[in-house]
Amino acid sequence: MQRIGVFVCWCGSNIAATVDVEAVADALSKEPGVVFATNYQYMCSKSGQDMIREKIKELGLTGVVICSCSPRMHEATFRKTCESAGLNPYMVEIANIREQVSWVHKDKAVGTEKAIILGRAAIAKVQLNTPLIAGQTPVTKRALVIGGGIAGIQTALDIADAGFPVDIVEKNPTIGGKMAQLDKTFPTLDCAACILTPKMVDAGQNENIRILSYSEIEDVKGYIGNFDVKIRRKARYVDEEKCTGCGTCMEKCPMKKVPNEFNMGLDNRTAIYIPFAQAVPKVATIDANYCLKLNTGKCGICSKVCLADAVDYEQKDEILEEKYGAIVVATGFNPISLEKFDEFAYSQSPDVVSSLEFERLMNAAGPTGGTLLRPSDKTHPHTIVFVQCVGSRCDASAEKGKEYCSKICCMYTAKHAMLTREKYPDTEVYVFYIDVRTPGKGFDEFYRRAVEQYNVHYIKGMVGKVVPEGGKLKVQASDLLDNRQIHIDADMVVLAAAIEPDKSARPLATKLTASMDTNDFFTEAHPKLRPVESPTAGIFLSGTCQGPKDIPETVAQAGAAASKVISLLVKDNLVGNPCVAKPDELMCNGCSSCEKVCPYGAITYEDKPFRGPNRTTLIRRVAVVNPAVCQGCGACTVACPSGAMDLLGFSNRQIMAEVDAICK
Amino acid sequence: MKTEDMIKEITRISGGNPAKCMKCGKCSGACPAYDEMDYHPHQFVNMVLDGRIEELAGSKGIWNCLSCFACLERCPRSVEPARIIEAVRVVTLRKAGANHLKPDDIPARLDDDIPQQAITSAMRKYAK
Ligand SMILES: Cc1cc2nc3c(=O)[nH]c(=O)nc-3n(C[C@H](O)[C@H](O)[C@H](O)COP(=O)(O)OP(=O)(O)OC[C@H]3O[C@@H](n4cnc5c(N)ncnc54)[C@H](O)[C@@H]3O)c2cc1C
Ligand code: SF4
Ligand code: SF4
Ligand code: SF4
Ligand code: SF4
Repeated sequence: MQRIGVFVCWCGSNIAATVDVEAVADALSKEPGVVFATNYQYMCSKSGQDMIREKIKELGLTGVVICSCSPRMHEATFRKTCESAGLNPYMVEIANIREQVSWVHKDKAVGTEKAIILGRAAIAKVQLNTPLIAGQTPVTKRALVIGGGIAGIQTALDIADAGFPVDIVEKNPTIGGKMAQLDKTFPTLDCAACILTPKMVDAGQNENIRILSYSEIEDVKGYIGNFDVKIRRKARYVDEEKCTGCGTCMEKCPMKKVPNEFNMGLDNRTAIYIPFAQAVPKVATIDANYCLKLNTGKCGICSKVCLADAVDYEQKDEILEEKYGAIVVATGFNPISLEKFDEFAYSQSPDVVSSLEFERLMNAAGPTGGTLLRPSDKTHPHTIVFVQCVGSRCDASAEKGKEYCSKICCMYTAKHAMLTREKYPDTEVYVFYIDVRTPGKGFDEFYRRAVEQYNVHYIKGMVGKVVPEGGKLKVQASDLLDNRQIHIDADMVVLAAAIEPDKSARPLATKLTASMDTNDFFTEAHPKLRPVESPTAGIFLSGTCQGPKDIPETVAQAGAAASKVISLLVKDNLVGNPCVAKPDELMCNGCSSCEKVCPYGAITYEDKPFRGPNRTTLIRRVAVVNPAVCQGCGACTVACPSGAMDLLGFSNRQIMAEVDAICK
Repeated sequence: MKTEDMIKEITRISGGNPAKCMKCGKCSGACPAYDEMDYHPHQFVNMVLDGRIEELAGSKGIWNCLSCFACLERCPRSVEPARIIEAVRVVTLRKAGANHLKPDDIPARLDDDIPQQAITSAMRKYAK
C-alpha cells in the first residue's frame, strides 16, 4: 500500500467557485492509502510547492495526487517539485478538476461530486504506479536537409553557422529550387538571382555543408538523434570532382532538342547540361533519356571535347549510407498541371501560359533574353489577361483543383502586372480576381500601386472561357461590379496556377514516418505552438512543403527549423520518455499485430530462447520495443490480441483501476 | 411556403448547393446566354441563397437559360447553378400546372447527346 498525499488546488476562484475544495479534500482523505489531504489557494505557487515538498519528507509519502488544472499545464511542474523532494516523478498523478470540472459545470454540488470521483481515480492509479526512470541515448551531431530550394539552403546555412555539419540532398542537378526561376520578387522587386545566388555560393563553399545534388533519399531507419539514412546518388555520367563547369560539352553535344525544364519547356537544352549559369554545384549532368551515346552507343563527343576528362558513360547509381541526428524536410512545391483547365485553352494555344512560365518570359536569362514575346509568333503582346485562383479554392467534390488558397498568387500576379506596365506602357493589362488577398507587410500597398500608379485594370469577376481565334485569344469573362459580361481580344493569357507539394513528398513522408494532410503538405506537431516540427521526433519542416508560403515566410521558417535542429544537436544525450510500450515476453506470440499499427516503427521481433518443460529450450518469436523510438501512443497495446503489450505508466491494470474507481 | 423552406426545397430539387458559392462569377463568365438575361447565373445562386426566389421566378431571365450546363461545368465550387435555376423553373411551373408535354412522351425524345435536364426543361418551356 502506498502512502499518498492529496493536494486540492483552488486555482484562485477558477476551481473554488464551482467546486467545494474543502469537501473534496475531506472525502479523499478517507480513501485507502491516503495519509494526508489538504486544499490550498495556488498549489503551483512557490509556497504551494514548498508545502508538497515538506509533506513528502515529513510523512514519507510514496505517491502524490494533485487535484488542479490540466496535466498539460502543470504536470511537469509538480513532477519536478516531487523529484526535488526525493520522490520519483512518475509517482505523481494529476486529477484535472479545472478544465474537466469547474470550467464546464455550473452547479457546485455536481462539480464537487465529479471532482471527488476524479480524485479517487487518480488515487487508485497511484496505488499501482511504479517509479520509472527515463533512458538516455547519444546524439549524432550532423543534420540532413532534404531539398535545396531557398528553404533548404537557409536551414543548412543556419545550422552550419552554429558549427554542425549538414548534408543537403537535392534531387535536381543544382540547388536553388523555384526561386532560381523567378525574375523579380515582391514586395521589394529585387531580382531573385541577385539575392539567391550569393546564398547558393555560400552553401557551396561552407566547410560544414556538403551538397549531394542529383540525389534522393532511398531509406530512413532509426530515431531522433540517431537516424540511419541511405542516399541514392544518381549517375550523372560526369565526375563531379573533375568537371570544371566550363560548358564546352554543352556547345558540342549534337542532341539539342531536349525540353529545358529550367525555362519551363519554353526552349531547348542539350543532353549534357548545366541547368543555368549560376548552378551550384556547377557540374554538367548527362540526361540519360536523351543522350545518344547512352541510348544508341554512337556519339561520345562530350567525352572527347572535355579537357578535364570528366565524362564517364560507365557511371552507376551509388548508395551512400550516413548517420544523422536530425532531418529537415524542405521539398517545396510545384504549380499544378493545367491540363484539366482547358476552358482557358492552355493546351490549345502556346500564348496561354502559367505564371511560372511568365517569370521565365520576363527573365533576362530566360528563353527570350528578358524581352516579353508571345511564344507563338515572338511578337510583343499588347493586351494581357491575368486570371487568378486557377485551381485554388475549389470545392472538395469538384473534379479538379485544390481546396486551399495558394497564398502567393495574388501578390505575384500584381507583380507581373506591374512589371509589364512598367517595361511596356503600351500594353493593356487586365487582372481577373475573386478576392485580392494581400495580408503581408507592405503587400496591400504593393497591390494598390499596381492599380493606382500602373493603371492595371483589376476586374472583380472570372474568366469563363478562352478561345484562340485568328491569332488572338478571345476572352469571355464576367465583371461582377458592373454586372456585365465582357469580351477581350487578348494577345496573351497568364494563369495563376495553384501550387501543390512536390510529388515525391508522399513517398518520402512514408520513409520518414512523418504525417501529412490530405493535400500532401507535411503536418506540424502543433499548428500554432510547434509549427516547424513534425509530430515524429527529430523531423523538422522548412518552407512550402508544409504549406503555401512566399519567400520571406519560407526564410523565417527555415531559420526557425534550423534553431530547433541546433538545440537538438548541442545535446550530447537525449532523455527519453519512460512511458513507453513494453511487451510481456511470456504472453507475446509474435503475431506482428503491434508492428503493423506502430506509426513510429518502434517494434521489431526477435527469436529468443525460453525455458521449456524438462530442461528443454524453446525458441520463440517475441516483440521488442525500442524505447528511444516509441512515443508512448499506445496503439500497440490495443492491437495486441494476447494482451501482452502494456504502456509503462499507463498499464491496462492502472487504467482499469481508474475506471473502477470512477464507476464505484 | 416560408422562405427558409423554399430555399431548402430549391436546393433539394436541384442537387446543387448555393451555400458553397464563393461569388467568383465564373458561371457568368462562361454563360453563352448572358446578354439575354435580366438576372445572371451568379445572381440566380445568390438570390436563392438570399431567399429572393419569388422575384427570381418572376424574372424573364430564367426562361432564356439554355440549360447548356456551361456554368455547372466551370463552377469551381460544385454549386451547380444550372441545376439550381432549373429547380426554380420546375417549382414555378408546378405551381402553374403548365407542363407543355406529358411526361410519358419524354422517353421517346431522349437523346444521348442532350442532357436529360435539357429535355425536361424543353418540355416545360418550348414544346406545344
Ligand atoms: C510564379 C511564381 C512567382 C513567385 N514570386 C514570388 C515573389 O515575387 N516573392 C516571393 O516572396 N515569393 C514568390 N514565389 C514563391 C516562392 O517561389 C516560394 O516561396 C519559394 O520558392 C519556396 O521555397 P522552397 O524552398 O520551400 O521550395 P522550392 O523552391 O520548391 O524548393 C524545393 C527544392 O526541393 C527539391 N526537392 C523536392 N523534392 C525532393 C526530394 N524528394 N528529394 C530531394 N530534393 C527534393 C526540389 O528539387 C527543389 O530544389 C513565387 C512563386 C511562383 C510559382
Ligand atoms: S554523348 Fe550524349 S551527352 Fe555527350 S555529346 Fe553525345 S549526345 Fe550529347
Ligand atoms: S492567393 Fe489570391 S490568387 Fe492565389 S488562390 Fe489565394 S485568392 Fe486566389
Ligand atoms: S445553363 Fe443556363 S445559366 Fe448556365 S451557362 Fe448555360 S445558359 Fe447560362
Ligand atoms: S461559378 Fe460557382 S462559385 Fe462561382 S459564382 Fe458561379 S456558382 Fe458561385
